[in-house]
Amino acid sequence: MPVNSDLTKNKAVNIRDLIQQNKEKKSNREKFEKSIPALLFLIASVSILTTIGIVSTLLMETVEFFKRVPIVDFFTGTVLKPLSQTPSFGVLPLIMGTVTSSLIAMAVAAPIGLMTAIYLSEYASEKVRKTVKPLLEVLAGVPTIVYGFFAFTFVTPLLKTFIPTLEATNILSPGIVMGVMIIPMIASLSEDAMSSVPNSMREGALGLGATKLEVTGRVVIPAALSGIIASFVLGISRAIGETMIVTIASGSTKNFTFDITQSMQTMTAYIVEVTGGDAPAGSTIYYSLYAVAMTLFLFTLLMNIMARKISRKFREEY
Amino acid sequence: MTLLKERIGDVQLRVMDNTNWRKPVYETNGLNLWYGASHALKNINLSINEKEVTAIIGPSGCGKSTYLKTLNRMVEMVPDVNISGNITFKGNNILGKEMPVEMLRSKVGMVFQKPNPFPKSIYENIAFGPKIHGIKNKATLDMIVEDSLKKAALWDEVKDRLHKSAYGLSGGQQQRLCIARCLAIDPEVILMDEPTSALDPVSTHKVEELISSIKNDVTIAIVTHNMQQASRISDRTAFFLNGEIIEVNSTATIFNNPNDRLTNDYINGRFG
Ligand SMILES: Nc1ncnc2c1ncn2[C@@H]1O[C@H](COP(=O)(O)OP(=O)(O)OP(=O)(O)O)[C@@H](O)[C@H]1O
Ligand SMILES: [Mg+2]
Repeated sequence: MPVNSDLTKNKAVNIRDLIQQNKEKKSNREKFEKSIPALLFLIASVSILTTIGIVSTLLMETVEFFKRVPIVDFFTGTVLKPLSQTPSFGVLPLIMGTVTSSLIAMAVAAPIGLMTAIYLSEYASEKVRKTVKPLLEVLAGVPTIVYGFFAFTFVTPLLKTFIPTLEATNILSPGIVMGVMIIPMIASLSEDAMSSVPNSMREGALGLGATKLEVTGRVVIPAALSGIIASFVLGISRAIGETMIVTIASGSTKNFTFDITQSMQTMTAYIVEVTGGDAPAGSTIYYSLYAVAMTLFLFTLLMNIMARKISRKFREEY
Repeated sequence: MTLLKERIGDVQLRVMDNTNWRKPVYETNGLNLWYGASHALKNINLSINEKEVTAIIGPSGCGKSTYLKTLNRMVEMVPDVNISGNITFKGNNILGKEMPVEMLRSKVGMVFQKPNPFPKSIYENIAFGPKIHGIKNKATLDMIVEDSLKKAALWDEVKDRLHKSAYGLSGGQQQRLCIARCLAIDPEVILMDEPTSALDPVSTHKVEELISSIKNDVTIAIVTHNMQQASRISDRTAFFLNGEIIEVNSTATIFNNPNDRLTNDYINGRFG
């Protein structure tokens, strides 16, 4: 290192002094460095403030709504007739629609998603996994309006050949299609959870004479369980918030029923319908929008909190 | 009377010394193994005798783990593995398709370098093997759990927290738990791949004691980098180098006057 030895030989350039000099020059930059946290805080607060803004607007308008319609009537009413001469604002038909469609979606997505994850993580060769996983992610990127269209023009007519009483708009078909939409997400997240189970655990079980199925069922899935459940919860929360598919394929009949062959409206679809029509600002129907949105917000919030809780537990497991 | 006892003891000692007297459990003949194009095991001939501790020593990458994993066919999980030659377990060829791997592995336990308990309770870890082999009776399972933990000298340390997570145990305790988990299926052979390399000296000592205490019931093949360990606990030692066996002999011979110069160099640390 000739440069270095030159430097040290040359008494005029002392490394310690050099650093000291540079440090003094740096003092300006130091001020800048110090201002960075404040700057970043400001930027970060944009999204926090927006959220607070949205939630407080929701809350205020919801309170306004409950001045006109008693909160008990809203949450226990089974009749929703916002446009009638004698309007009635019961949210239960919408909750029914949302819960039913989400349950149908999960009945489709949970088993298929989990099986896909098991196949990819435990059985598929590296090559298959490397091709299928990105494909799944592409599938997750299909716009929901395409799924809605698909439910209305393809799945409903197809189902009608098996269930002749099926109505042209019904909750079953969009429920199934929502399930198909959620499969990639559940498969991908569950696969992540399962493949992060250390291989040494599989070896431990195999070494005791367990079959591959036993290893999967008794070691891998229990170890990845919280991750798998978290993926289910996220799936449900996605289904609850899904709008386009149900708006297109389930119509706008505000039925309070358990019959999945009938048209039902979800909370999201109601919001689309009311905002699409012209609800005069200040009318009860206008405020009902906020009350429904608030209910929906609470639903998804609850799901997200659950998902967080569960995935935190997951981190502690091994 | 005492005189007689001494004489019998003497006779038995002499018989024990003669290692050929032992029945082989595993016999390996002309075994070759390739990972893709790399030739990892070359013409291996080795027998592992009943109720003996066979130590496998050799420098890193010489194929010790590969050989051990071939004995319970775990090596076949690696894609692109090719095996030729034959290995018999109690007279049955294991490399063919006659014997299901699960059957073989229920008779041959394995202990790994890093303790790998399942993320379950201590009790469930031990009961896992018996359960997958169809033992469901609670009383039987309780008995197996207690018995295995006692054999592994872990019972006193964990008897009050059997239903707590196995992850609350120390590394040394976890390794003994893994040995207990193995013992729970009452295997005829236990394969151990550097079972103490991740442990402190005290835990290592406990595991070594454990090995000595179970060797009357089970056959043990142990890979180790620790020469003192091999000489302390094993009856026979095989020295591997670059995928070949250089020398197999009684442990005393290997460590006192090995036949091969390479063995001598290795055990004396004169080796790369
Ligand atoms: N899964 C694998 N794929 C390809 N090659 C492998 C694989 N496992 C081991 N090998 C190679 O086979 C040879 C033997 O490896 P092995 O793990 O049996 O060595 P070892 O004697 O156990 O070494 P160590 O003392 O470091 O554990 C090495 O050259 C290694 O690189
Ligand atoms: Mg090894």
